[in-house]
Amino acid sequence: MLIDTSTVGLIQVEEGTKILPPNIIITTFDKIINWGRLSSIWPTTFGLACCAIEMMAAGAAHYDFDRFGIIFRGSPRQADCMIIAGTVTKKMAPVVRRVYDQIPEPRYVVAMGSCACTGGIFRTYNTVQGCDTFLPVDVYVPGCPPRPETLLEGMMKLQEKIRHEQARWSPWR
Amino acid sequence: MAVVLTRISLPFKGLEPTEIAEKIKEKFPNEVVDVTNFRDQVSVIVKRGRIGDICRYLHDEPVLLFEHLQDLCGVDYHGKKEPRFEVVYNLYSIKYHHRIRVRAQVPENDSHIHTVTSIWAGANWHERECFDMFGIEFKGHPDLRRILLPEDWEGHPLRKDYPLKGPEPEKDWHGFTEVLTRSKELREFEWEG
Repeated sequence: MLIDTSTVGLIQVEEGTKILPPNIIITTFDKIINWGRLSSIWPTTFGLACCAIEMMAAGAAHYDFDRFGIIFRGSPRQADCMIIAGTVTKKMAPVVRRVYDQIPEPRYVVAMGSCACTGGIFRTYNTVQGCDTFLPVDVYVPGCPPRPETLLEGMMKLQEKIRHEQARWSPWR
Repeated sequence: MAVVLTRISLPFKGLEPTEIAEKIKEKFPNEVVDVTNFRDQVSVIVKRGRIGDICRYLHDEPVLLFEHLQDLCGVDYHGKKEPRFEVVYNLYSIKYHHRIRVRAQVPENDSHIHTVTSIWAGANWHERECFDMFGIEFKGHPDLRRILLPEDWEGHPLRKDYPLKGPEPEKDWHGFTEVLTRSKELREFEWEG
């Protein structure tokens, strides 16, 4: 049965979302999918150096990542996001890449701290000069280490990025 | 209320560092090359040949009793001094609270020295690190593998003639270059928004 929307009272609550009282919501696939994704970013627990301590502090009660739906998962197969927290050494790079490869799509990478962004102070033989050399990084969080608020801001930037994605449903569109 | 702070008296009086150096010199007159004193830290520079005997003597002698190897590390004096390498033993006596530093000279060609793992078991990983970073071979070591770097890494990075920023990208450790090429190959399978 088709509803003639001109005669019933559709209420526009925001751009692209209309409500037909009492309980019908009309919106686009992008909006509902992006809303679901950004409200439940589950990062995999993966700490590499001192930034991991700040990441743990951000996840614990005081800064409380849970209120944004950000819950750390113990397995990459159950996660959507990876926070590269710390210095990536060349010996560790294959492991980091393997953990990333196990995350199901859609997946996101947050480079946390100077070392993960650029290599930081370690312009040396054993340090990867930025994890974007082998990972597609979405958000760079600077700092050495970044405060938990900074990481929180980075995660909110990631939420904004997810909110404006269009048709990210498969590799073939 | 008065609080009286007294210095805790040590039950066993140790030897002065210079006295310990004299004892080593007496026992091994042909082995000791030099004794240096920098701010009351006495170093005994020895030849590498009988390092096992010297360490055994320092460990077992009742008045010395160096039962604790605080640290074992290597030094590279590339272009500054001959012989090029030194292996440094920082020793401490838990009973007598005295300490000494023994430095064994190791030349550049044929850089090896005997292990001290049979005297202090803790030297095992220290010697592995020294081997990893300086390429000094410890003869008689039970398990001489690299401890920090990947096992197929080329070169010894704390040597002064090793490039500071690491090897050239094409000559880099193959495990890392494989990751770079694989990430390029997998790029097309990423979901694009």
